[in-house]
Amino acid sequence: MTAHGSILELQVSPHLHTKVNVSSIMLHVVYSIVPVCLFGVYQFGWSALALIVTTTLSCLLTERVVCWAAGKPSTLGDCSALITGLLLALTLPPGLPLWMGAVGGVVSIALGKALFGGIGFNLFNPALVGRAFLQAAFPVAITTWTPAGAPQRFTSFVPSTFAWPFSRPASVDAWIAAAGVDGFTGATPLSLQKFSHIGTDIGDLFLGTTAGSIGETSALLILVCGIFLIWQGLMDWRIPTAVLGTAFITSLAFYVLNPGIYPSPAFMMFSGGLMLGAIFMATDMVGSPVTPLGVWIYGAVIGLVTVVIRLKGGLPDGVMYAILLGNALTPLIDQWTQPRIFGQRKKQHV
Amino acid sequence: MSEQAQSNPLVRRPVAENAAAETRKMILTLSSVAALSGMLIVGVYQYTLPYIEANREAMIEKAVFTVVPGGVQKRAYGFSDGAVIPDPASAGFGERFYAVYGEDRSFLGTALEASAQGYQDTIRILYGYSPEKACVVGMTVLESKETPGLGDKIDLDPVFKANFKALDAAFDSASGKLVHEVTVTGHGKKINPWEIDAISGATISSKAVGAMINRSLQTNLPRLLPHVDALKENTP
Amino acid sequence: MTATGMSESIWPVYTRGLWRENPVFVMQLGMCPTLAVSNSVINSLSMGLATLAVLVASSALVSLMRNVIPKQVRIATYIVIIATFVTVVDYALQAISLDIHKALGAFIQLIVVNCIILGRAEAFASKNSVVRAITDAAGMGLGFTFALICLGAVRELLGNGSLLGFDVFGPQFEPWAIMILPPGGFFVLGAWLLVFAWFKERSARTAARKEPSHAG
Repeated sequence: MTAHGSILELQVSPHLHTKVNVSSIMLHVVYSIVPVCLFGVYQFGWSALALIVTTTLSCLLTERVVCWAAGKPSTLGDCSALITGLLLALTLPPGLPLWMGAVGGVVSIALGKALFGGIGFNLFNPALVGRAFLQAAFPVAITTWTPAGAPQRFTSFVPSTFAWPFSRPASVDAWIAAAGVDGFTGATPLSLQKFSHIGTDIGDLFLGTTAGSIGETSALLILVCGIFLIWQGLMDWRIPTAVLGTAFITSLAFYVLNPGIYPSPAFMMFSGGLMLGAIFMATDMVGSPVTPLGVWIYGAVIGLVTVVIRLKGGLPDGVMYAILLGNALTPLIDQWTQPRIFGQRKKQHV
Repeated sequence: MSEQAQSNPLVRRPVAENAAAETRKMILTLSSVAALSGMLIVGVYQYTLPYIEANREAMIEKAVFTVVPGGVQKRAYGFSDGAVIPDPASAGFGERFYAVYGEDRSFLGTALEASAQGYQDTIRILYGYSPEKACVVGMTVLESKETPGLGDKIDLDPVFKANFKALDAAFDSASGKLVHEVTVTGHGKKINPWEIDAISGATISSKAVGAMINRSLQTNLPRLLPHVDALKENTP
Repeated sequence: MTATGMSESIWPVYTRGLWRENPVFVMQLGMCPTLAVSNSVINSLSMGLATLAVLVASSALVSLMRNVIPKQVRIATYIVIIATFVTVVDYALQAISLDIHKALGAFIQLIVVNCIILGRAEAFASKNSVVRAITDAAGMGLGFTFALICLGAVRELLGNGSLLGFDVFGPQFEPWAIMILPPGGFFVLGAWLLVFAWFKERSARTAARKEPSHAG
């Protein structure tokens, strides 16, 4: 009756079909994040696991609610909210109260993604939007660190984890004292360096046995996961290369000028969230430029701003703001670096 | 104007006369409005001035008597070429201080101003110094734009403020320096009486307060201490 | 008879600014003070009342002088009038409370360039009788104050755990510092605009639903 069974079927290109689609890409990214999460749980214990689960659930739930409110079909299946939730947790201190993690998840998805139009339209990396909100809203809780490898991490939660919603988290001093980690003062290697000029062993930084956010400590593991993503062709290798390269060169310049004040480039590379940011955050496909030259510029801006904030700014770490700034510059960079269309004349300056 | 004139040729008047009249009207209106507003402002200024001055005085008084506990009377002084002059007409910030006296007119100490760059903007404080105890005896923030919930604790956190109840500021007149510089230590690490325990998470703001007090003491004690006896005599 | 006729025509002039054409939530005017000083209820209230006073006084004077102000210099005249009342309010506020004056900072002086005031002078007061001009100014000023308090209440509640300085959540509350900071102003304003947009859409829908039933 209808024309469904017509003889000739016309199709537009592309004619080749592979299984690559949004959810399969996202699923591979999830595979690459999971080892980092597992290492974070191993280092920081049940509290870290609880926080990862909370932010993830919060992101998924917000995504569902937002889709329902907008009258759109659910986009839970594309796994992007899952990635946002996991990445958000990786940037948070392990003992952060779960309710704050949940707030961060809601902000990430609702403010960072849904308001811009959902997946593919977000200007900024959603997880970092959530992180930035939490940093501004709860400056004390988000800089309360617990030591890595505390002996009681699998027998008890950090006391601040289960704070009542809207209430002040309990003090973690007793818990840290019970951990009996020598010389731990509740500071990350970066803030130790910045405010007390105490260095940290580069080997510890590389392997990740230091205090810090759940997923930022092990440079080695993040690098391995990054190489997996590059091998799978799911990540533009230029971005981490540009970010880390610029950070290395900038910090080397500072270090050569005054080694007494400024930390070594190796310290710069392996401490704080630089590795995590360069590999998992800056490479967000939506928030980064599309042209090869643009990608180099974008990465260089992030690397430079990170080092400048760390060495000259008031904050110990500036990766988050550097990447958000890079995201904000992306449309401009893309416009500047548009390649000339074949046959088009060079633009004449009037 | 010209449009009207063109659209209605019957009421066309000589252009020059018309324009002159217009200009006169404009000037007249603007100047009468300006005169009116000038009178209004002067009237209000005259009427509110005593209230505003009373408010300012109350504000300073409150701050001064907070930083020098027990104070009920005060007198303003200014530093001037190695001397201190009472009731200075105009003294810049940091060039002025208050001598504070208690119930029985006894000299209790001085309240001095200090400022330094904080995390957001310049922080201005007033702190009390007792020559008798050789201690800083109190501190209050006059002006700060530090981060709410973090840096603004320099004025709100009772634990931090307790640092300034008896902060050792012994002065060695031989060398012209403090015996121990006022320093800021990490949170919970204060051991000596000349150390300030920083606020956890607001190290920069805490250090700014410590640094400005240290600098202010180093500059002002040499030019203040020789006149302490005069201050004791000159009760208000 | 005349009295009721009068009040009937005046009432919508008054309520327009309060709700239908609320300067902040509907017209989105005067955003600068709205975002900058609405970090607590008391600051919002002071700013709102200061603006209300300037708005009413300058509207009244502009309306009184509407027939003598030459049209070429009308904006200059309005600005002089507005600036005068802003200075008056500035002194009055200093006399009332220096603390509030300090909290509002430069935004008191900046009332001069608040576009609500010049907007009402140009669009309404210069074309209407004094009574109508004052009514309109009062409506707009109260609408502005209402909007500021809406923002201030949320920001103070979340950012400080208090309302008008009274502790609401008790000592265990963890304040959301961001709400007191400038970004909090944008977030809360965005949320309120969302609420108002939703209200408007819903009332438009119900109006649209009623329409055909009337016709039928």
